[in-house]
Amino acid sequence: MKIRTIAELLDAKVLCGAENIDKEVHSACGCDMMSDVLAFVKEQAVLITGLCNPQVVRTAEMMDMRCIVFVRGKTPPKEVIALAEDAGIVILASNERMYVACGKLYANGLSGGSVVNG
Amino acid sequence: MADCVNFHFDIDGDNFTSAGEASVRIKKLLRQMEFDAEIIRRVSVAMYEGEINMVIHADGGTADVNVYCDRIEIILKDNGPGIPDINLAMQEGYSTAPDNIRSLGFGAGMGLPNMKRYTDGMKIESEVGKGTTIYMTVNA
Ligand SMILES: Nc1ncnc2c1ncn2[C@@H]1O[C@H](COP(=O)(O)OP(=O)(O)OP(=O)(O)O)[C@@H](O)[C@H]1O
Ligand SMILES: [Mg+2]
Repeated sequence: MKIRTIAELLDAKVLCGAENIDKEVHSACGCDMMSDVLAFVKEQAVLITGLCNPQVVRTAEMMDMRCIVFVRGKTPPKEVIALAEDAGIVILASNERMYVACGKLYANGLSGGSVVNG
Repeated sequence: MADCVNFHFDIDGDNFTSAGEASVRIKKLLRQMEFDAEIIRRVSVAMYEGEINMVIHADGGTADVNVYCDRIEIILKDNGPGIPDINLAMQEGYSTAPDNIRSLGFGAGMGLPNMKRYTDGMKIESEVGKGTTIYMTVNA
């Protein structure tokens, strides 16, 4: 799925990284606990979250993720956007709630990726 | 055997916003050195979890990273409260993080287990009231 399609499905605003909007992504993770995100080593390209602090961007960067979707109408502070810009990560902001956002993307073919065995 | 490059970072315990900057730096440096993407991800995630732990549980500390061509060593040292029961702390889901930390997205009790999972060797030395030192190695 293209990041552009995610933005359309979630009626989301593109807050930064528009130059990467046609990149393809194959899996996503919806989570508000960063160490749970970090527990999945395989390519997780999209992070859907209701949190809006700089550690969300660093977590995504550590995992080589390409896109963060902020749900529930959250608008991230400027420094959060600046960090994402620097890391080449696309930021989308949607009014959808977490459950609905994940459901829409999953129903349209964006998978959850695989879990690493401890 | 091979040449070693060392990096040292002071981790500020009062600043949640800057927590993780050292790991971002290491990630960029390892990229420049052309390590495999999977190795870089494992090193940077393990270091990031450790860095965050030093900020939220131990009031900061230091990080030393030694890069050899066949392995990367990470040493995280703090003078925080120490870990009374290391086996318990290593269990998935065990956390003493308060609610204000949880609301920032940390406190799932997954950090130490993640560090163990992503590294080829990990050793924790901790003394209550003195501090904690964590040694991790990732083979390249
Ligand atoms: N450097 C440290 N100094 C003192 N205590 C620590 C340190 N690192 C971890 N701990 C203790 O071990 C527990 C488990 O750590 P772990 O990183 O696994 O989980 P967490 O930090 O609580 O949550 P998460 O990492 O999932 O955000 C912590 O809650 C804390 O009590
Ligand atoms: Mg932790």
